[in-house]
Amino acid sequence: MGELILMKGNEAVAEAAIMAGCRFFAGYPITPQNEIPEYMAKRMFAAGGTFVQAESEIAAINMVYGAAGAGARAMTSSSSPGISLKQEGISYLAGSELPAVICNMQRAGPGLGGIQSAQGDYFQATKGGGHGDYRMVTFGPSTVQELVEVCVDAFDIADRYRNPVMILGDAVLGQMMEPVDLDQAKVKPAPAKPWATTGAKGRKPNIINSLYLQPEVCEKMDYHLQEKYREIEKNEVRVEEVYLDDAEVVGVAYGTPARLVRAAVEKLRDAGLKAGMIRPITLWPFPSASFEKVVAGTAAEAGTGNRVKSFFVVEMSSGQLLEDVRLAVAGRRPIYFHGRMGGMLPEPEVVLAEMRRLLTDPAAVGGEYGLNYVVPALKPEAVAVAVAGAVHARGAGDMGGTGGGAR
Amino acid sequence: MSTRIFGRPESLATINFHYCPGCTHGIIHRLVAEAIDEFGVREKTVGIAPVGCAVLAYNYFNLDMQEASHGRAPAVATGIKRVMPDSVVFAYQGDGDLASIGTAEIVHAAGRGEKITVIFVNNAIYGMTGGQMAPTTLIGQETTTTPGGRDPAKSGFPIPISEMLGKLPGAAYISRVSVSSPTHVARAKAAIKKAFQTQIEGRGFSMVEVLSTCPTNWGMTPRQAIEWLEKNMIPAFPLGELRNWEKEQGQEKAQGSQVEVKH
Amino acid sequence: MDHEIMMAGFGGQGIMSIGQLLTYAAMREGKKVSYVPAYGPEMRGGTANCTVIVSDRYVGSPLTSAPTGMIVMSPESMAKFQPVVRRGGCLVVNTSLIDEKASRRDIEVIEVPANKLATELGSDRVASMVALGVLAGYTGAVGIDHLAASLKKVLPSHRHNLIPVNEKALEAGAAIGREARERAAVKV
Repeated sequence: MGELILMKGNEAVAEAAIMAGCRFFAGYPITPQNEIPEYMAKRMFAAGGTFVQAESEIAAINMVYGAAGAGARAMTSSSSPGISLKQEGISYLAGSELPAVICNMQRAGPGLGGIQSAQGDYFQATKGGGHGDYRMVTFGPSTVQELVEVCVDAFDIADRYRNPVMILGDAVLGQMMEPVDLDQAKVKPAPAKPWATTGAKGRKPNIINSLYLQPEVCEKMDYHLQEKYREIEKNEVRVEEVYLDDAEVVGVAYGTPARLVRAAVEKLRDAGLKAGMIRPITLWPFPSASFEKVVAGTAAEAGTGNRVKSFFVVEMSSGQLLEDVRLAVAGRRPIYFHGRMGGMLPEPEVVLAEMRRLLTDPAAVGGEYGLNYVVPALKPEAVAVAVAGAVHARGAGDMGGTGGGAR
Repeated sequence: MSTRIFGRPESLATINFHYCPGCTHGIIHRLVAEAIDEFGVREKTVGIAPVGCAVLAYNYFNLDMQEASHGRAPAVATGIKRVMPDSVVFAYQGDGDLASIGTAEIVHAAGRGEKITVIFVNNAIYGMTGGQMAPTTLIGQETTTTPGGRDPAKSGFPIPISEMLGKLPGAAYISRVSVSSPTHVARAKAAIKKAFQTQIEGRGFSMVEVLSTCPTNWGMTPRQAIEWLEKNMIPAFPLGELRNWEKEQGQEKAQGSQVEVKH
Repeated sequence: MDHEIMMAGFGGQGIMSIGQLLTYAAMREGKKVSYVPAYGPEMRGGTANCTVIVSDRYVGSPLTSAPTGMIVMSPESMAKFQPVVRRGGCLVVNTSLIDEKASRRDIEVIEVPANKLATELGSDRVASMVALGVLAGYTGAVGIDHLAASLKKVLPSHRHNLIPVNEKALEAGAAIGREARERAAVKV
């Protein structure tokens, strides 16, 4: 254990990036992430790296592309509207197989939205916000300490798979101060990058490119990417499971709302109620297996996990994480949803009360605050179809490893 | 015994270009490659290919290359140069890439005084997409999106990028040349070399605008295109240096100034 | 016991500093803590506020819509935040700048002429420190010794000469807070 220091999320993620060996940062001012470029401007040169205040978010992501192509650990950060501007660059990073870390301290949208905390960019991050068939590893940390740890992890994964990685935070996480132990983050050295454009000395030229004009060649590249994504799905899922062994109602949330759900779960346990939680730390790859574990089999069957009666998803959006939960649960249990938007944080009391009612009187659920949905469980015959569909949609197993299943 | 007096520069790959007959991209590629060879910096040079007709430039140079998204080559070059300050980095861009979608990137790379070299190929039209109006299309010039000729009332005026960039303190060397005759080619070569020298000596941002032809989309033979360039483009885009750190230093010395302009 | 504490005033009163000081001190005491400043255009309007959560176990939401402890240093913040204090919570009112009388009867209202006391102690700059001392003395959210020991973490080094007067301010406030706590206990 190192010393606990109090750090703002935005500053902590910047420090973690420098610890991880990031030596190039380009960014453009936008609230509520300005402390990241400010911290980089202060620290990066002393660390032997470079900071550039770019003319736009578009330029920043393309500077990162150039630096990453030259072999450096590189990063940019922004908040929702600025991240939209970076999408083309992220697609190019994915297509050219360049490692880079992008941090999004989400604010409210759509449009100019607001500057308070929100989670409306989940789809954009996890489903490919830019053009083309690509995936981006996406972390959804919920404490400042975790922000530090996933940032170090992000640089490692980016390099190992030569793929962009996003840290999907939110305004509260970026602005809040919490105790941090920086020594908890385990930095791995960057691998050799023989593909980088460092000058064609004693070797053939290296080319960083994503243009393949012949469809056969382009598809081959796409297959290669898909195989890589299956590997990532197999190896890089990060999740926290809380009281899943005997949970009857399982809360699901990431980022700041996960803190509220976690607090509610502890309070319910104090009252002797069997609340649990699945907290995805990677949003893509999504921890589907954690859900499978607790919904496989019927309530009548023996074994762990079959006590789960329902799921309770809490988000600062209209239900985006919810869709991945639906795919994973595939109609086998009802899913309840509580969401706030526009920069409003869910009320801890409401989260607690809803979850308590789910455990004690599910019929009464349906809060008066926020956006509340119920996704009912399907009839058994429909479940079979839904499960097959979800497995197909995830491509789990089918193409993994061999990469040849669909060819 | 024989001495080789002419051959393919080492910085050019040994494959055929795809450019149309009469297109001057090939000449400009060659001039860039010769300059890199002559400075002996091939093994520490990284080039950036644009989106446009020269999109495949990464195949034509025998150098480490990166393909940039449309207009962003100066930003990509910035990232490369900043993490490898001893490298030689050049961006090769067309008029649509540089003067339309990428104006922010080129202006700010020059404004920051990035120690990179930009080769700006201006042929007053969008070639790869089939002959639409470029930001440098001349008044009255016919394109597929200016039927009947460019009318300023509808489509505005051509943008003199080199004159604009020449005003920026971060720009150390800005020059406009043509490749429409052997004399012009020789001058273009000298300008491109000066631009690379500017970068290698760490003087600041350098750019050479090269007036170029597009016989295919201009609807002309190669010879007509060369004539059209000389008759119409050179008057609209006057040739010459718009910024030269060396001359400015000379002037300052002549005036007895103690202050050296730092780029 | 969880303490959900907010402090509010205008820019320059040291609101963020006392929020951070409380956070540092509680962390020093081994508590779980979080600190969230208000940010954005509302800051430009001259008002400032921040939220500190102090917990024995786990900080869930780092924000609160019903603080258990509230410090208001200016008339604007009194108007805005008096209504949100949680029932049974406490409100520290800086009567040096706030004329309005608190109307809530379901909370403990502690009136302190913070600027006046601070001036008497030697520096008008430590008014917010007096108020923080009051809140800490009343709620017991954090020990005054930990607050004092954390001052050098929050004050920039060129202000470390002011540490003694800040300590005095914290102690003066804490005495008022503890007295209010005793009165409240008698009332119950």
